[in-house]
Amino acid sequence: MFYREAGQFKTSYAADMAIFPIRQDRIGLGLILVVAFVVIPLAGNQFLLNSILIPFLIFSLAAIGLNILTGYTGLLSLGSAAFMGVGAYACYKLSTFFPEVNILVWILASGFVSSAVGVFFGLPSLRIKGFYLAVATLAAQFFLQWCFARVPWLYNDNTSGAIEVSTHTLFGLPVTGPNAAPATRYLVVLTIVAGMAWIASNIVHGRIGRMWMAVRDMDIAAQLMGIRLLRAKLLAFAVSSFYVGVAGALMVFLWLGAAEPEAFNINLSFLLLFMVIIGGLGSIVGAFLGAALIHILPIALRALPALIGLNLGSATIEQLTFMVTGALIIFFLIVEPLGLARLWRIGKQKLRVWPFPY
Amino acid sequence: MSLLYQLFVDPFVQMADAPDLLVQTLWEGFVGGVLYSLIALGFVLIFKASGVFNFAQGIMMVFAALTLVGLHEKGVPAWLALIATIGVMYVLALGVERIVLRPLVNQPDIILFMATFGLTYFLIGLGELLFGGSPKTMITEQLYLPSGALDFKILGGTVSLQKIDIAAAIIALVMVAGLGLFFQKTRIGRALRAVADDHQAALSVGISLNQIWVIVWFAAGIVALATGILWGARSDVSFALQIVALKALPVLILGGLTSIPGAIVGGLIIGVGEKLGEFYWGPIFGGGIESWLAYVIALAFLLFRPQGLFGEAIIERI
Repeated sequence: MFYREAGQFKTSYAADMAIFPIRQDRIGLGLILVVAFVVIPLAGNQFLLNSILIPFLIFSLAAIGLNILTGYTGLLSLGSAAFMGVGAYACYKLSTFFPEVNILVWILASGFVSSAVGVFFGLPSLRIKGFYLAVATLAAQFFLQWCFARVPWLYNDNTSGAIEVSTHTLFGLPVTGPNAAPATRYLVVLTIVAGMAWIASNIVHGRIGRMWMAVRDMDIAAQLMGIRLLRAKLLAFAVSSFYVGVAGALMVFLWLGAAEPEAFNINLSFLLLFMVIIGGLGSIVGAFLGAALIHILPIALRALPALIGLNLGSATIEQLTFMVTGALIIFFLIVEPLGLARLWRIGKQKLRVWPFPY
Repeated sequence: MSLLYQLFVDPFVQMADAPDLLVQTLWEGFVGGVLYSLIALGFVLIFKASGVFNFAQGIMMVFAALTLVGLHEKGVPAWLALIATIGVMYVLALGVERIVLRPLVNQPDIILFMATFGLTYFLIGLGELLFGGSPKTMITEQLYLPSGALDFKILGGTVSLQKIDIAAAIIALVMVAGLGLFFQKTRIGRALRAVADDHQAALSVGISLNQIWVIVWFAAGIVALATGILWGARSDVSFALQIVALKALPVLILGGLTSIPGAIVGGLIIGVGEKLGEFYWGPIFGGGIESWLAYVIALAFLLFRPQGLFGEAIIERI
């Protein structure tokens, strides 16, 4: 009734190719952006910003990156955490070498470093496929993590072996380091994530995205149709690692403030893969939905027993959280193997035809 | 020049200098490899019969070992605890088949793979809830496993072999032989091979897929239990063992996902290669290369044989 495109006519090719062809979608997106950019920084408290929204946005960005590789191009990667690490360490090195340059420049530049490393580890994908490729990315994961711990140059010979972020300013306001206000950091992260999500959405809806999807569906057929596999796959690795690397730099610089090599361990890689699959393979919205579910679910579960007055020990809650998370992952896979993005699409379709069944 | 010397000459000089150390290292690599292949064996069993890449094999191993030790700590005699653990693994197999696999029939591989991740999380939580998160000591004596070491004087030095390692090698051999016989000679084994070959054809000649899956997951559970006991006897029974189980992935992929001999040979290559690399080449890189060497070895083999050493050749058609 409210969500219906009747009467909206497309009169140009541009309108026909628009990412959000329906007016209500555009209004909805505008509303979300207004809430995200204006209402939340004004109304949100520190816990909401620091522990929920900033990590949610950063994980969403990483999930978009992984989705480009796994969801759109069909190359399974278990090494995304290591590429986040590359981004973080690159940004750390660059910002300590040239502290006077704007930190945002280095956050984006570190994406290119991550890209280069990603392309290198993506080379075997030309010969190895499926689960076999997972080993190549696992090699990247463990090798890079070892580098973060064993190459002193990467962490400027600190005695602690960890990287720590110093204060950088933007328009006179501190955005990184201990003095940065959560709202400032949130706005910076939000701007970067929104911008990059917009770019990603345009890439995957265009020629390059179609090329990737052809490779995903059947690479030999794609090759016969004139797609150069070498370029398509390496481009996917490059773009994906760029996104993941920027997410890693954001994670250390605008969320955690400091990181050890352990922060980029294999569990983070798995978590990102969860987000992509629960959210929906091959969907940008899905990356956001998956990140929301996987990141917020454990926090909610931990808070739940206290809310309903049960007094369980913190260890018990932790264990129950694990169990419930596992069970819910299986549940979601059974209910909708195509992910939350698919549920979203079904919901929209239902709204469109409501009150009729079809 | 000196780096080249360090990389390509010095390690071999060291090997020739102290052959007893070389033998010791080889033996340790061999035992590590045997244990990797046992974990990989569990993966292969399930992958062959149901096409599921079972990530939960590592946690199944920890869970089985924890159940055994936990029950014994609560005062159950060792033999009864062993039987009870086998029972638990059977119930687990039934549950997995009924709750996880049956609703997910015909889904893409990656979805099933993810479902086993969910299972992993669930089992981690359950295991910690029931038995606590602290490391436990494996009840080696109560299970009549030997302890202590045998020393041999050969090649001008002493080589010491832990008895538990010898037992591990023997148990692994027996299990592989047993599984081989089971697959080749029994009725159920034949049904399993039929299912592995072609799900639909197997269904059409009256083989119950559900039953087969329970059997396979149960067999993998038994393998997990044996592996858990042996790993547990070498270190402690703790959730950290699950990370060790990740090493089974390169083993598996090196050998070829569907091949039992592949799992064994792959395990030995990875185990020996890793130990030799760490001992002779590790110091050049500052140590700790064990954490990634296995994956790089597997990758190097894969570049020449993309389907693994013993895997079925990948034929691609349009």
